[in-house]
Amino acid sequence: MLTKRIIPCLDIKDGRTVKGVNFVELRDAGDPVELAKIYSDEGADELVFLDITATVDKRKTLAELVTKVAKAINIPFTVGGGISTIEDVKFLLAAGADKISINSAAVHNPQIINDMAAEFGSQCIVVAIDTRNVDGIDFVHTHGGRKATLLRTQAWAHEVCDRGAGEILLTSMDHDGTKAGFFNELLAEISSALSIPVIASGGAGSMEHFKDVFTFGKADAALAASIFHFKEIGIPELKGYLGNEGVSIRK
Amino acid sequence: MTDVRCWVFTSGIGHLTPDNKMKIAVIKYNSGNVQSVLYALERLGADAELTDDPELIRAADKVIFPGQGEASSAMRYLKERKLDQVISDIKQPFLGVCLGLQLLCEHTEENDTECLGIFPVKVKRFVPENSQEFKVPHVGWNELENLADNPILKDLPANPFVYYVHSFYAELSEFTIAQTHYIHDFSGILHRDNYYAIQAHPEKSGLVGEKILENFLSL
Repeated sequence: MLTKRIIPCLDIKDGRTVKGVNFVELRDAGDPVELAKIYSDEGADELVFLDITATVDKRKTLAELVTKVAKAINIPFTVGGGISTIEDVKFLLAAGADKISINSAAVHNPQIINDMAAEFGSQCIVVAIDTRNVDGIDFVHTHGGRKATLLRTQAWAHEVCDRGAGEILLTSMDHDGTKAGFFNELLAEISSALSIPVIASGGAGSMEHFKDVFTFGKADAALAASIFHFKEIGIPELKGYLGNEGVSIRK
Repeated sequence: MTDVRCWVFTSGIGHLTPDNKMKIAVIKYNSGNVQSVLYALERLGADAELTDDPELIRAADKVIFPGQGEASSAMRYLKERKLDQVISDIKQPFLGVCLGLQLLCEHTEENDTECLGIFPVKVKRFVPENSQEFKVPHVGWNELENLADNPILKDLPANPFVYYVHSFYAELSEFTIAQTHYIHDFSGILHRDNYYAIQAHPEKSGLVGEKILENFLSL
Protein backbone atom coordinates (compact mmCIF):
# COMPACT_ATOMS: atom_id res chain seq x y z
CA MET A 1 0.00 0.00 0.00
CA LEU A 2 1.27 3.49 -0.86
CA THR A 3 2.20 5.26 2.37
CA LYS A 4 1.82 8.84 3.60
CA ARG A 5 5.13 10.70 3.68
CA ILE A 6 6.72 12.60 6.58
CA ILE A 7 9.04 15.35 5.35
CA PRO A 8 11.31 17.43 7.60
CA CYS A 9 12.23 20.80 6.09
CA LEU A 10 15.62 22.42 6.61
CA ASP A 11 16.11 26.15 6.07
CA ILE A 12 19.53 26.86 4.61
CA LYS A 13 21.44 30.13 4.66
CA ASP A 14 24.94 30.32 3.19
CA GLY A 15 25.21 26.53 3.25
CA ARG A 16 24.21 26.18 6.94
CA THR A 17 20.92 25.34 8.60
CA VAL A 18 19.20 28.23 10.28
CA LYS A 19 16.31 28.33 12.73
CA GLY A 20 17.26 26.50 15.83
CA VAL A 21 18.03 22.85 15.88
CA ASN A 22 18.23 20.93 19.09
CA PHE A 23 19.74 17.56 18.39
CA VAL A 24 21.92 16.22 21.16
CA GLU A 25 23.65 13.83 18.77
CA LEU A 26 24.75 16.68 16.53
CA ARG A 27 28.34 17.75 16.87
CA ASP A 28 27.50 20.86 14.88
CA ALA A 29 23.89 21.94 14.86
CA GLY A 30 24.37 24.03 11.76
CA ASP A 31 25.61 21.27 9.45
CA PRO A 32 22.77 20.36 7.08
CA VAL A 33 24.49 17.17 5.91
CA GLU A 34 24.72 15.79 9.42
CA LEU A 35 21.11 16.72 10.16
CA ALA A 36 19.94 15.20 6.87
CA LYS A 37 21.71 11.96 7.72
CA ILE A 38 20.03 11.80 11.14
CA TYR A 39 16.55 12.37 9.69
CA SER A 40 17.19 9.84 6.95
CA ASP A 41 18.36 7.23 9.49
CA GLU A 42 15.35 7.98 11.71
CA GLY A 43 12.92 7.12 8.95
CA ALA A 44 12.04 10.45 7.30
CA ASP A 45 10.52 9.64 3.92
CA GLU A 46 11.97 12.63 2.10
CA LEU A 47 13.70 15.90 2.90
CA VAL A 48 13.20 19.45 1.70
CA PHE A 49 15.99 22.03 1.71
CA LEU A 50 14.84 25.60 1.44
CA ASP A 51 17.63 28.02 0.55
CA ILE A 52 16.75 31.37 2.07
CA THR A 53 19.86 33.16 0.82
CA ALA A 54 19.11 32.36 -2.79
CA THR A 55 21.32 35.06 -4.29
CA VAL A 56 23.25 34.28 -7.44
CA ASP A 57 26.68 34.39 -5.82
CA LYS A 58 25.55 31.98 -3.10
CA ARG A 59 24.32 29.40 -5.62
CA LYS A 60 27.70 27.71 -5.80
CA THR A 61 27.69 27.16 -2.04
CA LEU A 62 24.22 25.64 -2.36
CA ALA A 63 25.29 23.32 -5.19
CA GLU A 64 28.26 22.09 -3.13
CA LEU A 65 25.92 21.40 -0.24
CA VAL A 66 23.45 19.57 -2.50
CA THR A 67 26.25 17.30 -3.71
CA LYS A 68 27.35 16.53 -0.14
CA VAL A 69 23.76 15.69 0.84
CA ALA A 70 23.24 13.53 -2.26
CA LYS A 71 26.37 11.55 -1.46
CA ALA A 72 25.38 11.08 2.18
CA ILE A 73 21.70 10.10 2.13
CA ASN A 74 19.69 7.42 0.34
CA ILE A 75 16.22 8.99 0.36
CA PRO A 76 14.80 11.58 -2.06
CA PHE A 77 15.28 15.27 -1.43
CA THR A 78 13.92 18.50 -2.87
CA VAL A 79 15.74 21.82 -3.10
CA GLY A 80 13.86 25.12 -3.24
CA GLY A 81 14.37 28.85 -2.79
CA GLY A 82 14.93 31.46 -5.46
CA ILE A 83 14.82 29.03 -8.41
CA SER A 84 13.56 30.80 -11.52
CA THR A 85 15.24 29.49 -14.65
CA ILE A 86 15.86 26.24 -16.53
CA GLU A 87 19.56 26.84 -15.87
CA ASP A 88 18.97 26.96 -12.10
CA VAL A 89 17.19 23.61 -12.27
CA LYS A 90 19.85 22.01 -14.48
CA PHE A 91 22.55 23.19 -12.06
CA LEU A 92 20.84 21.76 -8.95
CA LEU A 93 19.83 18.45 -10.57
CA ALA A 94 23.37 17.99 -11.83
CA ALA A 95 24.59 18.64 -8.28
CA GLY A 96 22.41 15.72 -7.10
CA ALA A 97 18.96 17.10 -6.12
CA ASP A 98 16.07 14.73 -6.92
CA LYS A 99 13.41 17.42 -7.23
CA ILE A 100 13.32 21.20 -7.22
CA SER A 101 10.63 23.47 -5.87
CA ILE A 102 9.57 26.78 -7.43
CA ASN A 103 7.27 29.38 -5.94
CA SER A 104 7.35 33.12 -6.80
CA ALA A 105 8.91 32.46 -10.22
CA ALA A 106 5.92 30.33 -11.22
CA VAL A 107 3.47 33.05 -10.15
CA HIS A 108 5.35 35.68 -12.16
CA ASN A 109 5.79 33.47 -15.21
CA PRO A 110 3.49 30.41 -15.17
CA GLN A 111 4.91 29.17 -18.49
CA ILE A 112 8.11 28.25 -16.62
CA ILE A 113 6.22 25.29 -15.10
CA ASN A 114 5.45 23.91 -18.60
CA ASP A 115 9.03 24.55 -19.71
CA MET A 116 10.62 22.89 -16.67
CA ALA A 117 8.25 19.89 -16.82
CA ALA A 118 9.01 19.41 -20.52
CA GLU A 119 12.76 19.69 -19.97
CA PHE A 120 13.18 17.60 -16.82
CA GLY A 121 9.91 15.67 -16.40
CA SER A 122 7.02 16.47 -14.06
CA GLN A 123 8.38 14.06 -11.45
CA CYS A 124 11.04 16.52 -10.34
CA ILE A 125 9.04 19.78 -10.45
CA VAL A 126 7.32 20.69 -7.19
CA VAL A 127 5.31 23.92 -7.18
CA ALA A 128 5.16 25.56 -3.74
CA ILE A 129 2.08 27.68 -3.05
CA ASP A 130 1.91 30.06 -0.08
CA THR A 131 -1.69 30.86 0.76
CA ARG A 132 -3.36 33.30 3.13
CA ASN A 133 -7.05 33.76 3.84
CA VAL A 134 -8.27 37.32 3.29
CA ASP A 135 -11.88 37.97 4.32
CA GLY A 136 -12.83 34.35 3.77
CA ILE A 137 -11.11 33.94 0.41
CA ASP A 138 -7.82 32.08 -0.07
CA PHE A 139 -5.26 34.05 -2.08
CA VAL A 140 -1.81 33.07 -3.27
CA HIS A 141 0.99 35.09 -1.67
CA THR A 142 4.62 35.38 -2.74
CA HIS A 143 7.92 36.40 -1.16
CA GLY A 144 7.55 34.14 1.84
CA GLY A 145 3.89 35.05 2.23
CA ARG A 146 4.50 38.82 2.43
CA LYS A 147 3.15 39.88 -0.96
CA ALA A 148 -0.48 39.30 -1.86
CA THR A 149 -1.51 38.40 -5.40
CA LEU A 150 -4.96 38.37 -6.99
CA LEU A 151 -4.70 34.63 -7.68
CA ARG A 152 -7.24 32.44 -5.92
CA THR A 153 -5.39 29.53 -4.32
CA GLN A 154 -7.73 26.81 -5.63
CA ALA A 155 -7.60 28.14 -9.20
CA TRP A 156 -3.82 28.44 -9.09
CA ALA A 157 -3.46 24.88 -7.78
CA HIS A 158 -5.50 23.65 -10.76
CA GLU A 159 -3.43 25.70 -13.15
CA VAL A 160 -0.05 24.45 -11.90
CA CYS A 161 -1.35 20.87 -12.12
CA ASP A 162 -2.52 21.43 -15.72
CA ARG A 163 0.83 23.00 -16.60
CA GLY A 164 2.71 19.87 -15.55
CA ALA A 165 3.72 20.25 -11.89
CA GLY A 166 4.50 16.85 -10.36
CA GLU A 167 3.49 17.77 -6.81
CA ILE A 168 2.12 20.77 -4.91
CA LEU A 169 3.59 21.97 -1.61
CA LEU A 170 0.79 23.98 -0.01
CA THR A 171 1.74 26.22 2.93
CA SER A 172 -0.92 28.09 4.86
CA MET A 173 0.71 31.29 6.12
CA ASP A 174 -2.18 31.68 8.60
CA HIS A 175 -1.32 28.33 10.18
CA ASP A 176 2.47 28.40 9.82
CA GLY A 177 4.18 28.74 13.19
CA THR A 178 0.92 28.46 15.19
CA LYS A 179 1.36 24.76 16.06
CA ALA A 180 -2.45 24.63 16.05
CA GLY A 181 -2.84 22.16 13.18
CA PHE A 182 -2.82 22.23 9.38
CA PHE A 183 -5.37 24.01 7.15
CA ASN A 184 -7.27 20.76 6.58
CA GLU A 185 -10.36 22.23 4.87
CA LEU A 186 -8.38 23.88 2.07
CA LEU A 187 -5.99 20.92 1.77
CA ALA A 188 -8.88 18.46 1.40
CA GLU A 189 -10.58 20.64 -1.19
CA ILE A 190 -7.43 20.92 -3.31
CA SER A 191 -6.14 17.38 -2.83
CA SER A 192 -9.53 15.88 -3.74
CA ALA A 193 -9.81 17.96 -6.88
CA LEU A 194 -6.31 17.31 -8.26
CA SER A 195 -4.68 14.28 -9.82
CA ILE A 196 -1.22 15.04 -8.36
CA PRO A 197 0.07 14.60 -4.77
CA VAL A 198 -0.31 17.46 -2.28
CA ILE A 199 2.26 18.07 0.47
CA ALA A 200 0.74 19.89 3.46
CA SER A 201 2.76 22.52 5.29
CA GLY A 202 2.15 25.00 8.10
CA GLY A 203 0.71 24.38 11.54
CA ALA A 204 2.11 21.05 12.76
CA GLY A 205 2.21 21.04 16.55
CA SER A 206 1.20 17.57 17.69
CA MET A 207 1.10 14.00 16.42
CA GLU A 208 -2.67 14.25 16.17
CA HIS A 209 -2.27 17.11 13.67
CA PHE A 210 -0.47 14.71 11.34
CA LYS A 211 -3.24 12.13 11.67
CA ASP A 212 -5.81 14.86 10.92
CA VAL A 213 -3.96 16.19 7.87
CA PHE A 214 -3.79 12.70 6.34
CA THR A 215 -7.41 11.80 7.15
CA PHE A 216 -9.44 15.07 7.07
CA GLY A 217 -6.91 17.04 5.00
CA LYS A 218 -6.43 14.19 2.48
CA ALA A 219 -2.77 15.18 2.16
CA ASP A 220 -0.33 12.77 0.53
CA ALA A 221 2.60 14.05 2.59
CA ALA A 222 3.15 16.41 5.51
CA LEU A 223 6.06 18.76 6.01
CA ALA A 224 7.28 20.34 9.24
CA ALA A 225 10.42 22.04 10.53
CA SER A 226 10.78 23.22 14.11
CA ILE A 227 8.85 20.41 15.83
CA PHE A 228 11.38 17.98 14.37
CA HIS A 229 14.42 20.22 14.86
CA PHE A 230 13.56 20.80 18.52
CA LYS A 231 12.71 17.14 19.05
CA GLU A 232 9.21 18.01 20.22
CA ILE A 233 8.16 15.07 18.09
CA GLY A 234 10.56 12.33 17.05
CA ILE A 235 10.05 10.76 13.63
CA PRO A 236 10.06 7.12 14.87
CA GLU A 237 7.57 8.07 17.60
CA LEU A 238 5.34 9.91 15.10
CA LYS A 239 5.40 7.01 12.66
CA GLY A 240 4.58 4.55 15.43
CA TYR A 241 1.61 6.68 16.47
CA LEU A 242 0.30 7.08 12.92
CA GLY A 243 0.64 3.35 12.27
CA ASN A 244 -1.40 2.58 15.40
CA GLU A 245 -4.01 5.10 14.30
CA GLY A 246 -4.46 3.23 11.03
CA VAL A 247 -2.59 5.67 8.78
CA SER A 248 -0.58 3.88 6.10
CA ILE A 249 3.04 4.66 6.88
CA ARG A 250 6.50 3.29 6.02
CA LYS A 251 7.99 1.56 9.03
CA MET B 1 6.83 -6.03 9.92
CA THR B 2 10.61 -5.88 10.08
CA ASP B 3 12.00 -2.60 11.24
CA VAL B 4 14.65 -1.71 8.67
CA ARG B 5 16.41 0.64 11.05
CA CYS B 6 17.30 -2.29 13.27
CA TRP B 7 18.21 -4.46 10.40
CA VAL B 8 21.89 -4.85 9.61
CA PHE B 9 23.73 -6.04 6.56
CA THR B 10 25.07 -9.51 7.02
CA SER B 11 27.06 -9.66 3.84
CA GLY B 12 29.38 -7.12 2.31
CA ILE B 13 30.84 -6.93 -1.14
CA GLY B 14 33.98 -8.41 0.29
CA HIS B 15 35.61 -9.28 -3.00
CA LEU B 16 35.73 -5.63 -4.02
CA THR B 17 39.27 -4.80 -3.03
CA PRO B 18 40.73 -1.49 -4.21
CA ASP B 19 43.11 -3.07 -6.72
CA ASN B 20 40.60 -5.59 -8.01
CA LYS B 21 37.39 -3.61 -8.37
CA MET B 22 34.73 -4.80 -10.73
CA LYS B 23 33.79 -2.33 -13.45
CA ILE B 24 30.21 -1.10 -13.47
CA ALA B 25 28.98 0.65 -16.60
CA VAL B 26 26.03 2.98 -16.12
CA ILE B 27 24.48 3.60 -19.51
CA LYS B 28 24.39 7.28 -20.41
CA TYR B 29 21.44 8.38 -22.47
CA ASN B 30 19.08 11.32 -22.71
CA SER B 31 17.21 10.44 -19.54
CA GLY B 32 16.92 12.42 -16.34
CA ASN B 33 19.24 12.76 -13.43
CA VAL B 34 21.49 9.71 -13.00
CA GLN B 35 23.73 11.36 -10.43
CA SER B 36 21.97 9.66 -7.53
CA VAL B 37 22.61 6.20 -9.05
CA LEU B 38 26.31 7.01 -9.30
CA TYR B 39 26.41 8.25 -5.70
CA ALA B 40 24.62 5.13 -4.47
CA LEU B 41 27.19 2.91 -6.24
CA GLU B 42 29.97 5.04 -4.76
CA ARG B 43 28.52 4.46 -1.26
CA LEU B 44 28.69 0.72 -1.97
CA GLY B 45 32.34 1.04 -2.93
CA ALA B 46 31.79 0.17 -6.60
CA ASP B 47 33.76 1.65 -9.46
CA ALA B 48 31.05 2.98 -11.76
CA GLU B 49 31.41 4.84 -15.01
CA LEU B 50 28.70 6.75 -16.87
CA THR B 51 29.16 5.91 -20.54
CA ASP B 52 27.46 5.51 -23.92
CA ASP B 53 30.52 3.85 -25.46
CA PRO B 54 29.46 0.34 -26.67
CA GLU B 55 32.98 -1.03 -26.05
CA LEU B 56 33.07 0.11 -22.42
CA ILE B 57 29.55 -1.24 -21.87
CA ARG B 58 30.48 -4.64 -23.38
CA ALA B 59 33.66 -4.79 -21.30
CA ALA B 60 31.99 -4.00 -17.97
CA ASP B 61 31.38 -6.66 -15.30
CA LYS B 62 27.89 -5.34 -14.60
CA VAL B 63 25.69 -2.89 -16.48
CA ILE B 64 23.08 -0.55 -15.03
CA PHE B 65 20.46 1.09 -17.24
CA PRO B 66 18.96 3.93 -15.21
CA GLY B 67 16.30 6.33 -16.27
CA GLN B 68 13.73 8.93 -15.75
CA GLY B 69 12.11 10.61 -18.68
CA GLU B 70 10.08 9.88 -21.75
CA ALA B 71 10.15 6.50 -23.51
CA SER B 72 9.99 7.32 -27.24
CA SER B 73 12.81 9.87 -27.18
CA ALA B 74 14.91 7.53 -25.03
CA MET B 75 14.38 4.64 -27.52
CA ARG B 76 15.26 6.92 -30.44
CA TYR B 77 18.45 7.98 -28.68
CA LEU B 78 19.44 4.35 -27.99
CA LYS B 79 18.83 3.32 -31.62
CA GLU B 80 20.80 6.25 -33.03
CA ARG B 81 23.82 5.06 -31.07
CA LYS B 82 23.11 1.35 -31.70
CA LEU B 83 22.87 0.87 -27.94
CA ASP B 84 19.65 -1.13 -28.49
CA GLN B 85 21.76 -3.89 -30.06
CA VAL B 86 24.43 -3.65 -27.35
CA ILE B 87 21.78 -4.07 -24.65
CA SER B 88 20.10 -7.01 -26.43
CA ASP B 89 23.42 -8.85 -26.87
CA ILE B 90 24.80 -8.33 -23.40
CA LYS B 91 25.69 -11.45 -21.39
CA GLN B 92 26.74 -10.02 -18.04
CA PRO B 93 24.28 -9.09 -15.24
CA PHE B 94 22.18 -6.16 -16.40
CA LEU B 95 19.87 -4.01 -14.27
CA GLY B 96 17.20 -1.65 -15.64
CA VAL B 97 15.85 0.97 -13.23
CA CYS B 98 12.51 2.84 -13.57
CA LEU B 99 12.30 3.91 -17.25
CA GLY B 100 15.11 1.37 -17.72
CA LEU B 101 12.65 -1.38 -16.73
CA GLN B 102 9.99 -0.08 -19.10
CA LEU B 103 12.41 0.10 -22.05
CA LEU B 104 13.43 -3.53 -21.47
CA CYS B 105 9.79 -4.55 -22.01
CA GLU B 106 8.08 -5.14 -25.34
CA HIS B 107 5.94 -2.04 -25.75
CA THR B 108 4.85 0.97 -23.72
CA GLU B 109 1.70 3.03 -24.00
CA GLU B 110 3.86 6.12 -23.46
CA ASN B 111 3.69 7.61 -26.97
CA ASP B 112 2.94 4.11 -28.31
CA THR B 113 6.61 3.08 -28.25
CA GLU B 114 8.12 -0.26 -29.31
CA CYS B 115 10.80 -1.12 -26.76
CA LEU B 116 13.70 -3.59 -26.51
CA GLY B 117 11.58 -6.70 -25.91
CA ILE B 118 13.89 -8.45 -23.44
CA PHE B 119 10.80 -9.05 -21.32
CA PRO B 120 7.71 -10.00 -23.38
CA VAL B 121 5.64 -7.71 -21.18
CA LYS B 122 3.44 -4.69 -21.93
CA VAL B 123 3.82 -1.36 -20.15
CA LYS B 124 0.59 0.54 -19.50
CA ARG B 125 -0.47 3.86 -18.05
CA PHE B 126 -2.10 3.94 -14.62
CA VAL B 127 -5.76 4.80 -15.04
CA PRO B 128 -7.32 5.63 -11.66
CA GLU B 129 -11.04 4.99 -11.30
CA ASN B 130 -11.10 7.58 -8.57
CA SER B 131 -8.56 10.43 -8.67
CA GLN B 132 -9.30 11.35 -5.06
CA GLU B 133 -7.93 8.04 -3.88
CA PHE B 134 -5.38 7.24 -6.57
CA LYS B 135 -3.22 9.94 -8.06
CA VAL B 136 -0.96 9.60 -11.06
CA PRO B 137 2.02 9.57 -10.94
CA HIS B 138 2.39 6.96 -8.22
CA VAL B 139 4.79 8.87 -5.93
CA GLY B 140 6.18 7.66 -2.63
CA TRP B 141 7.05 4.56 -0.64
CA ASN B 142 5.21 1.35 -1.38
CA GLU B 143 5.77 -2.33 -0.60
CA LEU B 144 7.34 -5.08 -2.66
CA GLU B 145 5.21 -8.21 -2.16
CA ASN B 146 5.32 -11.89 -3.12
CA LEU B 147 9.11 -11.91 -3.26
CA ALA B 148 10.50 -14.86 -5.22
CA ASP B 149 13.51 -16.82 -4.04
CA ASN B 150 16.02 -14.90 -6.13
CA PRO B 151 19.59 -13.73 -5.42
CA ILE B 152 18.73 -10.05 -6.03
CA LEU B 153 16.13 -10.27 -3.23
CA LYS B 154 18.45 -12.01 -0.78
CA ASP B 155 18.28 -10.93 2.90
CA LEU B 156 15.49 -8.38 2.42
CA PRO B 157 12.89 -7.87 5.17
CA ALA B 158 9.33 -9.08 4.48
CA ASN B 159 7.36 -6.69 2.26
CA PRO B 160 10.15 -4.09 2.07
CA PHE B 161 9.33 -0.47 1.19
CA VAL B 162 10.88 1.13 -1.90
CA TYR B 163 10.49 4.60 -3.40
CA TYR B 164 8.43 4.96 -6.59
CA VAL B 165 7.86 7.84 -9.03
CA HIS B 166 6.12 6.69 -12.22
CA SER B 167 2.97 6.95 -14.33
CA PHE B 168 3.44 3.73 -16.34
CA TYR B 169 3.78 0.17 -15.06
CA ALA B 170 4.73 -3.27 -16.37
CA GLU B 171 1.97 -5.90 -16.13
CA LEU B 172 2.48 -8.98 -14.03
CA SER B 173 4.13 -11.82 -15.94
CA GLU B 174 6.00 -15.09 -15.45
CA PHE B 175 9.16 -12.92 -15.12
CA THR B 176 7.78 -10.94 -12.14
CA ILE B 177 9.84 -11.73 -9.03
CA ALA B 178 8.26 -9.06 -6.79
CA GLN B 179 5.04 -7.13 -7.19
CA THR B 180 3.53 -3.92 -5.82
CA HIS B 181 -0.08 -2.87 -5.42
CA TYR B 182 -1.22 0.55 -6.62
CA ILE B 183 -4.71 0.68 -8.11
CA HIS B 184 -3.93 -2.95 -9.04
CA ASP B 185 -0.90 -5.27 -8.85
CA PHE B 186 2.01 -4.56 -11.19
CA SER B 187 5.59 -5.84 -11.67
CA GLY B 188 7.93 -4.35 -9.08
CA ILE B 189 10.95 -6.39 -10.19
CA LEU B 190 11.44 -8.53 -13.30
CA HIS B 191 14.08 -11.18 -13.97
CA ARG B 192 14.98 -13.17 -17.07
CA ASP B 193 18.38 -14.81 -17.57
CA ASN B 194 21.02 -12.11 -16.98
CA TYR B 195 18.47 -9.28 -17.08
CA TYR B 196 16.97 -7.72 -13.96
CA ALA B 197 14.72 -4.68 -13.84
CA ILE B 198 13.19 -2.67 -11.00
CA GLN B 199 10.45 -0.05 -11.30
CA ALA B 200 11.27 1.72 -8.02
CA HIS B 201 14.43 3.76 -7.43
CA PRO B 202 16.80 1.54 -5.38
CA GLU B 203 19.26 4.46 -5.20
CA LYS B 204 16.61 6.41 -3.23
CA SER B 205 15.06 3.55 -1.27
CA GLY B 206 17.05 3.66 1.94
CA LEU B 207 18.72 0.50 3.24
CA VAL B 208 16.36 -1.74 1.26
CA GLY B 209 17.43 -0.13 -2.01
CA GLU B 210 21.08 -0.35 -1.03
CA LYS B 211 20.66 -4.04 -0.31
CA ILE B 212 19.06 -4.66 -3.72
CA LEU B 213 21.94 -2.84 -5.45
CA GLU B 214 24.44 -4.71 -3.33
CA ASN B 215 22.79 -8.02 -4.25
CA PHE B 216 22.99 -7.06 -7.91
CA LEU B 217 26.67 -6.19 -7.61
CA SER B 218 27.26 -9.57 -5.94
CA LEU B 219 25.63 -11.60 -8.75
